[in-house]
Amino acid sequence: MLILECPYCGVKAEETELQPGGEAHLKRFGPGSSPEDFEAYMFARKNPKGVHFERWRHAYGCGKWFLAARCTATLEVFGTYPAQSPEPPADLVNKIKAKRPEWKGWK
Amino acid sequence: MKRYSVFAIAREALRYHTGWERAWRSPDPKPAYDAIIIGAGGHGLATAYYLGKNHGITNVAILEKGWLGGGNSGRNTTIIRSNYLQDSSSAIFEKARSLYETMSQDLNYNVMFSPRGLLMLAQTHHEARGYKRTVHANRLQGVATEWISPQEVKKLVPIINIDGPRYPVLGAQYQARGGTARHDAVNWGYARACSDMGMDVIQNCEVTAIRSENGMVTGVETTRGAISCKKLGIVVAGHSGVLAEMAGFRLPIESMALQALVSEPIKPCIDVVVMANTVHGYISQSDKGELVIGGGTDGFNNYTQRGSFQHIEETLRALIETFPIISRVKMLRQWGGIVDMTGDRSPIISKTPLGNCFINCGWGTGGFKAIPGSGWAMAELVAKGEPGPLAAEFDMWRFKEGRFIDESVAAGVAH
Repeated sequence: MLILECPYCGVKAEETELQPGGEAHLKRFGPGSSPEDFEAYMFARKNPKGVHFERWRHAYGCGKWFLAARCTATLEVFGTYPAQSPEPPADLVNKIKAKRPEWKGWK
Repeated sequence: MKRYSVFAIAREALRYHTGWERAWRSPDPKPAYDAIIIGAGGHGLATAYYLGKNHGITNVAILEKGWLGGGNSGRNTTIIRSNYLQDSSSAIFEKARSLYETMSQDLNYNVMFSPRGLLMLAQTHHEARGYKRTVHANRLQGVATEWISPQEVKKLVPIINIDGPRYPVLGAQYQARGGTARHDAVNWGYARACSDMGMDVIQNCEVTAIRSENGMVTGVETTRGAISCKKLGIVVAGHSGVLAEMAGFRLPIESMALQALVSEPIKPCIDVVVMANTVHGYISQSDKGELVIGGGTDGFNNYTQRGSFQHIEETLRALIETFPIISRVKMLRQWGGIVDMTGDRSPIISKTPLGNCFINCGWGTGGFKAIPGSGWAMAELVAKGEPGPLAAEFDMWRFKEGRFIDESVAAGVAH
């Protein structure tokens, strides 16, 4: 069972308390943007087999959105951080790099 | 290839069954092929089969990283139906369903196609209206479905509880020629037929890179050496994103785990397929007597071929409410498969940004039923380089152009 620590309330929340929200750090393209950018924002996904940054909501807890780094091949959780982060915190990225030397980075 | 027949059984019975040959050869890869299909699941094998049968291209290799049919082709709940709302969907799914009708004869392999009838229960007024609309659409498309009353549902499925407290059965969309087939046999039958046409089915051969020159595909690197090819078909379901990255493009796909489970074998109690999409569960009974049960996907990206416990619980809770008789049946096995979900929940059969490289993916939670139709359409695309009428709407550029084939609304979760 997947357990993520909510970075706001500190609760170690298990899967039934959480709502998945898909890939994190997507740059939003709205009205007026090119069809390619809009399509990429709406549909194109990294969908990696490995390290994945994603959005979660502590739906049956504090109700807030947060971000998590998780491995989609092993379900290992690397860490969680607040939704207001424009990119993953450096210490989390370093931690993942130490564990997964073959990982190409988050972008 | 020796044909399977009643005479073959009689002949072998007289010589202690020593004369049966292997169903397909297991050759080493050659250095080059006219076409390579990545993925020896149902869709990949069907693509290769129709490349040979319909288009005369037989210098083909089908590469499989594991064993034949060991992915979603051996993990699904074997349901076959074509009761879709959109014209382009019902065309390809009905093509597939009609090919299933004669598949055992065509392949000389018993795929145990059982058109036992399929019910999609309406348990909310909204759902009832939606299914009635689909029935009308199916009538225009030439797909035989009908709307039936709760009493007719009860007659077809005596073990069902039609007046449950939460979600009473308000009727159902019924496809009399929908049903099931033996999924392994579909893979094996296609593999045997492909091998007989001279194609190489190569197992334990994982593609590690895709080679290209001047924007055209030239071959693949595999764990069993480099193989060059003129045309490449990627038909790998859950791992489509991984292969697309090797080919240098990105797909509108997310891979998730979908679970299924079977019960201990019990005496025959349900001789149709019942899908209950409002409560997330569907059920049929195999010839061995096991209840074959499926539910919804886990909602997050996952490549692990196992799913979360609460989704099994959710599915079983729903089915026990609908079929109280099964409440004390024990479950034997549970497993997961990696399904490739597209943005509009419809498949992709498409050219790609890489020349002579084609992709067939995005069947999500409902690929088994489509195998022959998907292979038929994909073979046409690979052979001619342009999609035929079945595949025309399913290109990957529809997401940019807003031409969605919006079946997530029409079919709900159990797609």
